[in-house]
Amino acid sequence: MANVKQATSLGHRELGLTDEQVVEIYRQMLVARGVDERMWLMQRAGKIAFVISGQGHEGAQVGITWPMRRNHDWMAPYYRSIASALTFGMTVEDIITAHLAKGDDVSSGGRQMPGHYGAAKYNIISLSSPVGTQVLHAVGIAMGAWVRGDDVVAMSTFGEGTANQGEVHEAMNFAGVHRLPVIFVCENNGYAISVPLDKQVGGLSVATRAQGYGFPGVTVDGSDPLACYAAAREAHDRARRGDGPTLIEAKVVRLTSHSSDDDQRRYRDPAEVEALKEHDPLVLFANRLREAGLLTDPVDERLRAEVKAEVNEASQRAEARPDPDVATAELHVYADEGT
Amino acid sequence: MAELNILEAIRAGMDEEMERDPNVMILGEDVGKKGGVFGATDGLWAKYGDKRVLDTPLTEAMIAGAAMGAAIYGLRPIAEMQFADFAYPAFNQIVSEISRMRYRSNGAFGLPMVIRMPYGGGVHGALYHSQSNETYFTATVGLKVVAPGTPADAKGLLKASVRDPDPVMFFEHKKTYRLFKAEVPDGDHVVPIGSAEVARPGKDLSILCYGYMRYCALEAAETLAREDGVEAEVVDLRRLRPLDRATVLGSVTKTGKALVVHEANRFGGFGAEVAATIAEEAFEHLDGPVTRLAGPEVPGVPFQHTLEDWFMLNPAKIVEAARKLAAY
Repeated sequence: MANVKQATSLGHRELGLTDEQVVEIYRQMLVARGVDERMWLMQRAGKIAFVISGQGHEGAQVGITWPMRRNHDWMAPYYRSIASALTFGMTVEDIITAHLAKGDDVSSGGRQMPGHYGAAKYNIISLSSPVGTQVLHAVGIAMGAWVRGDDVVAMSTFGEGTANQGEVHEAMNFAGVHRLPVIFVCENNGYAISVPLDKQVGGLSVATRAQGYGFPGVTVDGSDPLACYAAAREAHDRARRGDGPTLIEAKVVRLTSHSSDDDQRRYRDPAEVEALKEHDPLVLFANRLREAGLLTDPVDERLRAEVKAEVNEASQRAEARPDPDVATAELHVYADEGT
Repeated sequence: MAELNILEAIRAGMDEEMERDPNVMILGEDVGKKGGVFGATDGLWAKYGDKRVLDTPLTEAMIAGAAMGAAIYGLRPIAEMQFADFAYPAFNQIVSEISRMRYRSNGAFGLPMVIRMPYGGGVHGALYHSQSNETYFTATVGLKVVAPGTPADAKGLLKASVRDPDPVMFFEHKKTYRLFKAEVPDGDHVVPIGSAEVARPGKDLSILCYGYMRYCALEAAETLAREDGVEAEVVDLRRLRPLDRATVLGSVTKTGKALVVHEANRFGGFGAEVAATIAEEAFEHLDGPVTRLAGPEVPGVPFQHTLEDWFMLNPAKIVEAARKLAAY
């Protein structure tokens, strides 16, 4: 029987990751998937109005967020960033509380729709719904760090559909001009709601655009968290060295419909939808960990049981939290209330 | 006490705030070595360097969005839109993001930042260098909107805006930049963003205005006093959002007649809000119709000088409107 001592490297040791850290990356992916699946269950049970999913993106999000320093670096995420937010500090209970729009939700106190990640306490910038705006906010953080001379790295994540927004171009161009400490992460799942990549992206690559901005653009297999980690760590090092931005395009799959209001069977071939499961990063990574002797079935079962228990307990606590008080609905328009 | 014009006063305000607080920075197009297309930041690049007085690419959304990120990070950015007319690429950032951040984060993220915007016509700038587009921003909850009409207010309000914990849209009428000099108090002169100012007391009617219209209204008031014996009270709103209702209502309650004046077009303009406020809250004190004098209903200021003169409000047009109202 394989055990950890006899395990072979998946290349992670060369990246400076221990065997335990690799299993922890896997566990973080499991947590994200567990919360995500619970959101869909709660939506179908009528407890949550809307779900927008990160399923299929977990390998990229956990791997890429892993080098980011919690409560020190900054992140401007997007609506699929459930695993990124968890990796960067948000708790399972934070995420579920936000989806339930409870009064003490750390993201918005129940003011924003589900999937609008953000929390000042974790250096995660509050997200809106018009896509691409957040990329400029990460650049603004990086500009602030650069002006002050601080060792801080900002990251922004977005989809390949959003990559076409003018604000994303403006953000990357400006970051390139001043070599700002920022990492741009495009999670390319091939669909902008219903419109496929070849109707969204001229040239079919987002990463190659980086050349025009004067910084590296790399394409990585988003189902491989270690490849994503390697790219992100290099990008993080570059930023800290003062060498400027990096654009990482992670090729991922969208395992679910765009959102709970969408049905992807209307625009995706049934065979294509069926084949998505073969690209599930959780399955692929678990298989690789098993083959390398880093994960055994009993350990996997224990991890899954732990995650299930964590999600169950967090859900119960979140559901017990109070709804927002209508008397607070006019607060926080301005700092000096009443103006 | 220094004699400054409005442009010099704004520059002095920024200079003092940058000296006082290392978190204050300026970003915009041509704000660095050139000192801004109007000269508002002249000399500041040499004094504070090219990080704190930062020339940006020609990307207004970036200017606003990066300023917002920097404000989250703890800086106090002053972003310059070269002309208010060019702010629309930044509209998404200003309206979707900057105005809503505090509310949508339940108070967790505040944005201490200023967006300076030269606005207004009368400078041969035609449709795209002359707009008075303050209404888009006064209609946006979460923004504060300021429009000074004197050098002392320009400096004092600029300094207060930099120190404000919320985003302030700072409208500077281009025609006023070098129009006149006036005394600006020495020292740390801060005009709290809060109150309108009675620029000229009067008993017969109230002229409610801001920016360049203060200058025009004061001149009109002199003519009315001299030629008609009508004593007009000129109220400079200074801050458009939130509106100083108390000063507006106090003046109209006293005079019984309200003339609201702005260069922006009438339909749904900021004056409509002022007029509605007066109609709702001072109805029983009114002795004539709440009247608006505003720019014409055309999409912009036409270029050729006689066309531009036709467009622009001026003291004579204010006198004419005031005479009609005073006759009630």
